[in-house]
Amino acid sequence: MSKEAVFMQGNQAMAEAAIRGGCKMFFGYPITPSSEVPEYYARVMVERPEENITYIQAETECSAFNMIAGAAAAGHRSMTATAGPGFSLGQEAMSYMSAAGLPGVVVQIMRPGPADGEILPAQGDYFQITRGGGHGDYYTLALAPWSIQELVEIMQESFVLAEKYNNPVVVVSDAMLAKLRESVVLPDYTDNEAAPEEKHNTLTGAKGRKRHLITTCGFGAVQWNQFNNDLQKKYAEIAANEKRYESYFMDEDPDIVVVAFGAYSRVCLSGVKMAREAGLKVGMIRPISLWPFPDNAFEGLDGKQFLVCELNAGQMVQDVKLSVKNKDDVHFFGMLGGIVPTPKEICAEIQKVEVK
Amino acid sequence: MKVVYEAPKINTGVPTTYCGGCGHGIINRLIAEVIDEMELKEKAVLLWPIGCSCVNVNTMDIDQLCCLHGRGPASGTGMKRANPDNLVIVYQGDGDMVSEGMAEIMHAAIRGEKFTVIFVNNAIYGMTGAQMAPTTLLGQNASTAPGGRQVINSGYPVKMAELLAELPGTVYSERVTVNTPANIIKAKKAIKKAFELQMKGEGMTFVEVLSMCPTGWSMSPVKACEWVDTNMTEIFPLGVVKDETEGLKQQEEAAK
Repeated sequence: MSKEAVFMQGNQAMAEAAIRGGCKMFFGYPITPSSEVPEYYARVMVERPEENITYIQAETECSAFNMIAGAAAAGHRSMTATAGPGFSLGQEAMSYMSAAGLPGVVVQIMRPGPADGEILPAQGDYFQITRGGGHGDYYTLALAPWSIQELVEIMQESFVLAEKYNNPVVVVSDAMLAKLRESVVLPDYTDNEAAPEEKHNTLTGAKGRKRHLITTCGFGAVQWNQFNNDLQKKYAEIAANEKRYESYFMDEDPDIVVVAFGAYSRVCLSGVKMAREAGLKVGMIRPISLWPFPDNAFEGLDGKQFLVCELNAGQMVQDVKLSVKNKDDVHFFGMLGGIVPTPKEICAEIQKVEVK
Repeated sequence: MKVVYEAPKINTGVPTTYCGGCGHGIINRLIAEVIDEMELKEKAVLLWPIGCSCVNVNTMDIDQLCCLHGRGPASGTGMKRANPDNLVIVYQGDGDMVSEGMAEIMHAAIRGEKFTVIFVNNAIYGMTGAQMAPTTLLGQNASTAPGGRQVINSGYPVKMAELLAELPGTVYSERVTVNTPANIIKAKKAIKKAFELQMKGEGMTFVEVLSMCPTGWSMSPVKACEWVDTNMTEIFPLGVVKDETEGLKQQEEAAK
C-alpha cells in the first residue's frame, strides 16, 4: 500500500480507514452531515466485491445501532455513523451494548441541536457522548480527533479498543471535520484476525464449546449489584489506560491555557498563536479522549487561568473545572447554532482573560 | 426399557419461570425438539425478546442473545448477515413485536431477512401484568383497558401473520396454536418447516403461535385453552397464510 498522501473528504477517508481496519459491516441511516459514510460503504460494496462488504440501510438509527449489536455479538467488526438526532435514537442500544459488553463502534458527527437543529459544526453533544447518554451507569470510550489524519488513525484504533475492553467506542467528529477535505495518508489494511471466541463470548453456535449467553437482564439485586460493580471496574481500567491529550506551548509556563477539542481546536490554536504574537503567554491543551477526560493534563497547573472554548453553551468546561484546583480560574467562551469563531475572535477572548 | 419420551437434549434441566398453563414453555420445548431433530445445536443462536420468556435463558444449552425490547429483528439482521450459516431464531411476544418493535419486524421482512421469527401471540402483556397488547381482542379485558378494549381508544387487533405474508420478503407465514395435543404437533411441524427453509437460505420465515396466558387472562389453564378456540381463532385464524415452498421446489426442479 502506498504511503502517499491523498486529498480526501473527512467522511470518506474515515469510511476507507474503517474498511481497511477490518470493519466490513456497516448499518446506517442517512443524516446530514454523516451521509457520505453510508454512501461510501454502499459504493465499495458494489464496486469492490473483494472487500466482502455488508451494507444495510436501516429503517431507523435505532435499528442501525441494534444491527451493530447483533453483528458484534456474532463476532464481526461493525459500525454506524450518525449525527445528534440519530445518536439520540441509538442511546438505548448504547446502554445495551455497554451492559452486554459488545464492541460496537459509532461515529458521532455532531451538528447543532437541540432537536432537529442545524447541519453546521457544533459540539453540543459533549454531555451526551461523555455521560453515557442512555439509561443506567455506563460510559463509552469517546475519542475526538482534530484532523482527517488523526480521524483515520482513531477510526481504525477504535475497533481495537472496543474489542480490548468489550465496550462501545464513539468516534467524535463534527460537520467541520466531516466535510473538510485535506491531505491524508490512509492507513494500511490491518491484520484483522478473528477475535477470540471465548474472550468475546461470541454467538456463532455452540460447536465444540459450552454455550455463550449474552443477556442484560438482571437476576435480582445481589447479582445486578455485582454486575454493575464489574462494569465500574472496567470503566476504571479504561480511565487508567486511555486518557489522551496534546499540549501546545505548555512547556513555556504560560499564564493562560486555552482548552479546546475536535476540529474547532485547530481554529483555537491559530487564535493562541495570534495572542502569542501579541506578546501574551498562552498555551493550549487539547483533550483527545473526551471520556475518559484527561484530567491528568491539568496537574501542576494551579494558579494559571484557563479559557475553555467550545461550540456549545458550556459542557467540557465542567470537566475542566473538575480537573483544576480553583474553578474560579476557569473561563468559558462558547458559540452556538453552528457559527465558528475566527482565530481573531478567539485571540480577542484570550486578551480579555485577566492574568492574576 | 424403550424410551418413548424424554426431555430435549439441549434442555439444561433448569426449570422455567412460566406460570401454570402458559404456552411459552410448550413453544420453547418445541423449538428445542426441532433443534435436536435437525441436529442444529451447533449452529443455533436464539434471540430472546423482553417479556416473560427473557428470564428463561438458562433453560437451553445453545448460544443465546437477550435483545432489547422490540429490537430482536434488527439484532437478528446484524447476526444473520454476519454469519449466514447460523440458524438464527428471533423469538418475540406481542408487545415486543407489534408495539415496541413494529418498525424492526416490518423492515426485516421488507428486506427478506433470512431468519426465523417465532411470534408468541397471547393477546396480552404477561410480564408487566395484563396490560393491553396490540393483539388484545376487542372487548377483551386488560389492566389498561378496564371493561375491555375499545376501538375508539385502541383501534383493532393486529394480524401479523397476514400482514407479513403481504411482503415479498416473507417466504413462509403460518399461524398455529398450542392449546391441544393435536395443535401442538401442527405447531412443531410449522417450526420445523420454518427452520428447514431458513437453512436452505430462503427469505423470512414466520410462525405465529397463539398462546395461553391464564394469569393475564384471569382464567383457569383449562378455560384458557378453550378460550383460544372460542375467541382468539375467530380473529386470528389458524393455518398457512403464505407458503412459497412449492415455488422453491419448482425452482429446484428447474435448476436440475
